[in-house]
Amino acid sequence: MYVRLVNVVSVPHALLALLSEGPKYGLQLREEFEARTGEVWPLNVGQVYTTLQRLERDGLVESAGADGEGPRKGFRITAGGAEELAGWLRTPPNLSSPPRDELVMKVLVAVRVAGVDVHDVIQAHRRYLVELMQQWTRVKEDEAGFDLGLALVVDAELFRLDAVVRWLDAADGRLKRAAVDPPAPVPAPVPRLRRRVGARR
Amino acid sequence: MTVLELRGVSKVYGEGPTAVHALRGVDLVVEASEMVAVMGPSGSGKSTLLTIAGSLEDPSGGEVLVGGAALSGMSRNAKARLRRRTIGYVFQDFNLLAGLTAAENVALPLELDGIAAKAARAAGLRALDGLGLAGRASRFPDELSGGERQRVAIARAAVGDRRLLLADEPSGALDSVNAEDVMRLLHEACRRGVAVVVVTHDAQLASWADRVVFLRDGRVVDQTSPLPGPESLLATRPGR
Repeated sequence: MYVRLVNVVSVPHALLALLSEGPKYGLQLREEFEARTGEVWPLNVGQVYTTLQRLERDGLVESAGADGEGPRKGFRITAGGAEELAGWLRTPPNLSSPPRDELVMKVLVAVRVAGVDVHDVIQAHRRYLVELMQQWTRVKEDEAGFDLGLALVVDAELFRLDAVVRWLDAADGRLKRAAVDPPAPVPAPVPRLRRRVGARR
Repeated sequence: MTVLELRGVSKVYGEGPTAVHALRGVDLVVEASEMVAVMGPSGSGKSTLLTIAGSLEDPSGGEVLVGGAALSGMSRNAKARLRRRTIGYVFQDFNLLAGLTAAENVALPLELDGIAAKAARAAGLRALDGLGLAGRASRFPDELSGGERQRVAIARAAVGDRRLLLADEPSGALDSVNAEDVMRLLHEACRRGVAVVVVTHDAQLASWADRVVFLRDGRVVDQTSPLPGPESLLATRPGR
């Protein structure tokens, strides 16, 4: 789960945000990144330095002070970096087309496979998701009162999982209704919307 | 210690071909200090389960035991006493009496149980104070926010020596931050030894429970495994 989360976090922009508060060392950036995200999104120090080198190459950060290399090298954000950060914060992520979701696929397949009760398949996933939500809620209950960053990250995770549970509930209800009252055959031609909304890869 | 036990409980409304089977052979055990959430879609029997567990309705079959005592063997008066002293109810729409202040609403169940008005009011104020509402004690329900009204309702449900709290969509009308406060309060009651049953279709509410039971078409079809503890989430992190 965490690997997936790290993949969607923009490390360059997170580092620019931290540097917008003032010059910092690489190791300090890593520690602050983890602390601000409730230590839910880990970052290895190599990733921090590689990213800083790229940001420096692109003129978005620059060396702060002459002393030291490696862990002791300090960085500060440039005017170009501040502009890039401000633009990124206001740019919505691309959510315009549905992702290829493994769970959606499994439910779609389960409907077609003989001898498989799709409602049992849905319940197995629902139980797993609720168990995960219980664990996140326990983290929030125990620690989030003292850590705003953690509370925000845990909320985001709970709402994401909740959305999946709601989709399963809706699918459950829709399939139950379809079993009693099957939908009418699809009229030709295929609606344009269906072709237009392509799945993300 | 088992506070609530349902043994093969069924409930049928109506007769013959039009009969509706709201519950079919439900078994459920809730211990002291345990919070159980019952999740299911509309019409799955959640609310019926709660009203039967709270002795507000009789089952068509099976047995309900509260604190080890079977409800079927109790007189109407004994059941009424159980509802006043042992069981607290929290409803989605709060069910506060508009003509009474917050403190009077909370003290009401104690007064109905024969406790002197002064002592009941003192216990009510203590319960409100415990939920951070001491400053709102003399306000009427329409002078309180939705979140405050539900906290008053929880204070009323938990006042005295209640051992079982039954909540039906307790935060249904509230935003998510106020809903979280409500669940925290129910959880704190749990830590004091109260058994709590929450029925909801909301997974975020249910996730506060120690155990989630899934109801479908009047049957318990599944339940969550015991919680492994929050460290298990953190243990899966790379580089730790």
